[in-house]
Amino acid sequence: MTFIVVIVIVIILGLIYASMYNGMQRSKVNTEESWSQIDVQLKRRNDLIPNLVETTKGYAKHEKETFAQVVNLRNQMTQLPADAHTEKMELSNQITDSLKSIFALAEAYPDLKANQEFTKLMEELTNTENKIAYSRQLFNSSAANYNQRLLTFPSNIVAGIHHFTKVDYLEVPTQEKEAPKVSF
Amino acid sequence: MLYQQIAQNKRKTVFVMIGFLLLITIIGAAIGYVFFNSSVAGMIMAVLIGAVYMLIMLSQSTDVVMSMNNATEITSESQAPDFWHVIEDMALVGQVPMPRVFIIDDPSPNAFATGPNPEHAAVAATRGLLERLNREELEGVMAHEVSHIRNYDIRLQTTALALTAAISILVNFATNSFLWGGGRRRDNDRDGGGALGIIMIIVSILAIILGPLAASLAQMALSRNREYLADASAVELTRNPQGLISALEKISQSEPMQAADPSSSSLYIANPFKSDSWTHLFDTHPATEKRIERLRNM
Repeated sequence: MTFIVVIVIVIILGLIYASMYNGMQRSKVNTEESWSQIDVQLKRRNDLIPNLVETTKGYAKHEKETFAQVVNLRNQMTQLPADAHTEKMELSNQITDSLKSIFALAEAYPDLKANQEFTKLMEELTNTENKIAYSRQLFNSSAANYNQRLLTFPSNIVAGIHHFTKVDYLEVPTQEKEAPKVSF
Repeated sequence: MLYQQIAQNKRKTVFVMIGFLLLITIIGAAIGYVFFNSSVAGMIMAVLIGAVYMLIMLSQSTDVVMSMNNATEITSESQAPDFWHVIEDMALVGQVPMPRVFIIDDPSPNAFATGPNPEHAAVAATRGLLERLNREELEGVMAHEVSHIRNYDIRLQTTALALTAAISILVNFATNSFLWGGGRRRDNDRDGGGALGIIMIIVSILAIILGPLAASLAQMALSRNREYLADASAVELTRNPQGLISALEKISQSEPMQAADPSSSSLYIANPFKSDSWTHLFDTHPATEKRIERLRNM
């Protein structure tokens, strides 16, 4: 009789342990998935930047520096290792700023503003910028969920045994905290 | 404040739904008592009618709702890039699949969402909305619509509407059979009899008379409650109440819609026909000023 009771208790504890482990694993996969969404957008933007420079430079010949800067930042980004989340996001924020200054050129060069290819690129880049911002928001909330499990009882025991480690949040640029997402 | 508002609205929904179920059983019981000598038979009938009506309404397809509102589907992002991208963003951050996208050819700005679950959802916006709103405002409106989808509002509202309809069908049926002399109750007085019997009959008749009114009041209250919830959830998605505030301002200052179907009016983000009854008890939407006030407090 006692033997059966012990077996039942062991099985129940085992099941609880397994479900906690699965929960941890699932929320870790969630953060990885939301990072990969950011990464897709970063790559997409990197692909769009050469097109943008190509389309724009004919109209704004005196803005060589602005173009060189954005291309330079883009090239730095492609050289970063895949898991350098913080560095990638820092560069990404700088790219956002220099793209803003390129789009501001449209005001000074009416021909450029009228160019259909340019308006199309502008929408495409605005789209990737917003998607980066929203996937970052999603990343941070899934990271918060994961980190909370990591710190609270009883899942912290499981996390300790299996060496789960804390995920860093992605910092939101200060001006973006109050202001809306980008619209060029 | 934001999460408090969300939790509060969800609690209210539970109360309203419990109220609905109580109401439908009370009316069923009252009708059963007065006309068939059996409250239980009445309750069973009420629940059956409610369920059948609900199934019929939930099976009404998205395409029917869309064509009633003169909406045409767009299937590629090149047809309306910014609109499409904004919906994509909101579906991304709301973690629901990309809904089908429709445009209504009407100059008045408005939008709605429909579909029984996030996998079969659709959103529609008027041409006026796309022309008059900037990206930030459009994000607010689409976040509101995606929130309706995430909160299963269409299913909930349909349920409420079906229960209201079931109550009025029951009451109609009862009064008709009463007028045609169908009720058995009058010719034989058995069981309790006396004073208690008379009181029961009076209470039952009151329930039958006031029931439909109470049901439609509850349905409208639920509809307004879900609008507040969708506003709060929208801010949870965009983190930017200002976009939705100025969108609501623009929408409330515009002319009424031509293309909207009256039976869909509660679906829209703001009443497309601009009715302003002085009591506001039968309004499907909260007053815009009140919505803006709550958004400001987030």
